[in-house]
Amino acid sequence: MTRFVLPIVVFVALAGVLFLGVRNSTNKGTMPSALLGKPAPNFELPALGKPGETVTLAQFAGKPFVLNVWATWCVACREEHQTLLDIASTKAVTLVGLDYKDKDPEALEWLQQFGNPYDHVAVDAEGRTAIDFGVYGAPETYFIDASGRVLYRHVGEMTPEVWRREFIPRIKGTKR
Amino acid sequence: MIPELGRFALVLALILSGLQAVFGIVGAGRSDERWMAAVRPAVAGQFVLVSTAIGALIYAFVTFDFSVFYVASNSNSALPTFYRVAAVWGAHEGSLLLWAWILAAWTLAVAALSRQLPASFASRVMGVLGIVSFGFFLFMLCTSDPFVRVPMDRIPADGRDLNPVLQDPALAIHPPLLYTGYVGFAVAFAFACAAMLEGKLDQVWARWTRPWTTFAWCFLSVGIALGSWWAYYELGWGGYWFWDPVENASFMPWLVGTALIHSLAVTEKRGLFKSWTLLLAILAFSLSLLGTFLVRSGVLVSVHSFAADPSRGMFILGFLVVMIGGALTLYAWRARELKSPAGFEGTSRDAFLLYNNIFLVIAAIVVFIGTLAPLVNDALGMRAISVGPKWFTITFPVIMLPLLALVAIGIHAAWKRGRLADSRNRIVAGCAIALLAGLLVVYGAYGPGKFLSVVGIVCGIWVIVSSLFDPVDRIRRKLSLSRAVIGMTIAHLGLGVGVIAISTVESYTVERDVALGPGESLSMGRYSYRFDSIGPVDGPNYEGVRAQITVLRDGRPVTVLHPEKRNYWVQRQTMTEAGIDSRWNTDLFVALGEDLGAGRWSVRAQLRPLVDYVWLAAAIMALGGALAATDRRYRTRSVASEAAVTAAEAT
Repeated sequence: MTRFVLPIVVFVALAGVLFLGVRNSTNKGTMPSALLGKPAPNFELPALGKPGETVTLAQFAGKPFVLNVWATWCVACREEHQTLLDIASTKAVTLVGLDYKDKDPEALEWLQQFGNPYDHVAVDAEGRTAIDFGVYGAPETYFIDASGRVLYRHVGEMTPEVWRREFIPRIKGTKR
Repeated sequence: MIPELGRFALVLALILSGLQAVFGIVGAGRSDERWMAAVRPAVAGQFVLVSTAIGALIYAFVTFDFSVFYVASNSNSALPTFYRVAAVWGAHEGSLLLWAWILAAWTLAVAALSRQLPASFASRVMGVLGIVSFGFFLFMLCTSDPFVRVPMDRIPADGRDLNPVLQDPALAIHPPLLYTGYVGFAVAFAFACAAMLEGKLDQVWARWTRPWTTFAWCFLSVGIALGSWWAYYELGWGGYWFWDPVENASFMPWLVGTALIHSLAVTEKRGLFKSWTLLLAILAFSLSLLGTFLVRSGVLVSVHSFAADPSRGMFILGFLVVMIGGALTLYAWRARELKSPAGFEGTSRDAFLLYNNIFLVIAAIVVFIGTLAPLVNDALGMRAISVGPKWFTITFPVIMLPLLALVAIGIHAAWKRGRLADSRNRIVAGCAIALLAGLLVVYGAYGPGKFLSVVGIVCGIWVIVSSLFDPVDRIRRKLSLSRAVIGMTIAHLGLGVGVIAISTVESYTVERDVALGPGESLSMGRYSYRFDSIGPVDGPNYEGVRAQITVLRDGRPVTVLHPEKRNYWVQRQTMTEAGIDSRWNTDLFVALGEDLGAGRWSVRAQLRPLVDYVWLAAAIMALGGALAATDRRYRTRSVASEAAVTAAEAT
């Protein structure tokens, strides 16, 4: 009576495929970036709170840096802020903030209130640079090596564990 | 305090649903009346607890409690009250809670209305529903707790706001309706599992199951139509269906559910197709579960879901394996014992309904393949192939048009022994009327169109004409019409209307994307669109621009449209509000595109004939279903008289 057994067989096969699908999305950890291993998109943005000054990709040539996409309206950014402050205190790498679709006064007030972990803060009011990077939503964090290539992308809140596991080895790797 | 109360209620509901499952299924297995008697109180208690939980979340939204992470992520102090309530199901966690609440409500209805069922059967049905609830509560508490708090020192001053896409009345009520449909299939599923556990499935069983299934199907029809209508006027794309994975996820259970209500009809009337009906009941609910999860888990639409938690995907998969795998194992084991008593001829109504089922299931498989192909590709590590709308627009009509012809012919067939020769006159007459009327409409009103559209219009008219023969004949002979027959007729009329509408839209839509400045106009056939002016407009939580566009027909103004482009402050998202004037025979549609500078805008203008009838058709079908599901034989008969009727019918 194969016709009664057939449905469960088909279902098991399908469940296997779904399992691989879910596991794949797990293996990718967060989200893959089309930019991995490729040169970071160029940008030239106004510096937050410093009229007339800009933050550009070119100024980091030969110097690895971490780009953190954040905004004052983003709850998870508030969550990861302490982690960023801790990271900044280790002075392991240059930390650049990309203030994404935000209002300048609010952003300045936020940094004053909670502390500023960033060496530079670029204002991306329109979100154009974020689009170039393929940012899905704040927060996101990228590691760009000395030759200007994107080596890692982390989607979501930065945690000490992610920093230790994913970022520190890469930062050390590029310095060697 | 209130959010913690909500979570506590969820924990208690989890425990109660577990008890409900154990008492229901094990109690029935041991024929222990005291165990079975505990099932109904458990159901009632579970409903009260889930209501408390969802009430707590609504309260948190209404009172702007941004200390709750879910509220902070999906609400804002500028959000109007109506949307603050609707925001409860604006994202994953709250949607699950809504799902669980609707399931509790359906279970309560089953508990209240199943007293005339044999005690062991009713308790098994509620037991199976208890397992489903248990899985949902566990999933919520383990991976998707809507009551998680933001740490005390990090409470945001304001929320992230509800996704602007969802700030719309139709979309606010779309998920509850859709879920009511999905969850309704859980009842059919539970009836199927209970029948397999009981080892008994007869015509009485089908009679119990039918109204529940039909009601679920009605809700699903309306829910899908609302979603489609929303996409039409809110997304500004101007179509009614995009074969988007999210849409397909709701369409698959609808197709299989449609097959199920027809298969149930055969099982009720003739005692046939028993194992097939069981399989469809399992399948309809499986696809509902799959749909809920595919949309929410981020497994499939990974680009549309932010930071999907992989542990959720695994939990979902585990749940699917337990529920569907369990039911199908039961099926493999027990279904063979269900013998169908009699055969039928190839041109009987039984046979036509079988063909209908085959076509509907094939259609569901086609949608399934098209929707999941990207996932399968990904899983097997193959290169991404795109299965776009093309796959569907080519395959779907090929499946649907023969099905319509089958409907038009099969309606005339008699149960068991169908001799088509007996109804040859009706078939020929119906076909002739349809051809004549169809060609007249096509060439008289619209001019030559796509071949498949013409065939579709003819088939649609044929279905309408065919389904009217019998009721008209009965009325003329002053015979009574049961509500079931009226309902069926109305539902088939809805099908015909829908097919005519879809065929017409597909072939005769006029669409133009142009740049317009103030004073300029665009002409399309007898209509022309004149761009009068554009200016700023402010809403409660957005600002934007609003254009005034006058539509003229033969040079005379007929209406003024006001398409908008809105920028929502908090989420920084731009939304299009199309300007639409729905006339009886066509929709005048205009949406704003990009600001081209110097007062010029790119504008999308469309004429969509009969497009509103697509959604009207869904409403008509749902109305028919609701009438059929409330037929007298489902409302009044007791078990004793049911058994008597079955016995009488069997002889």
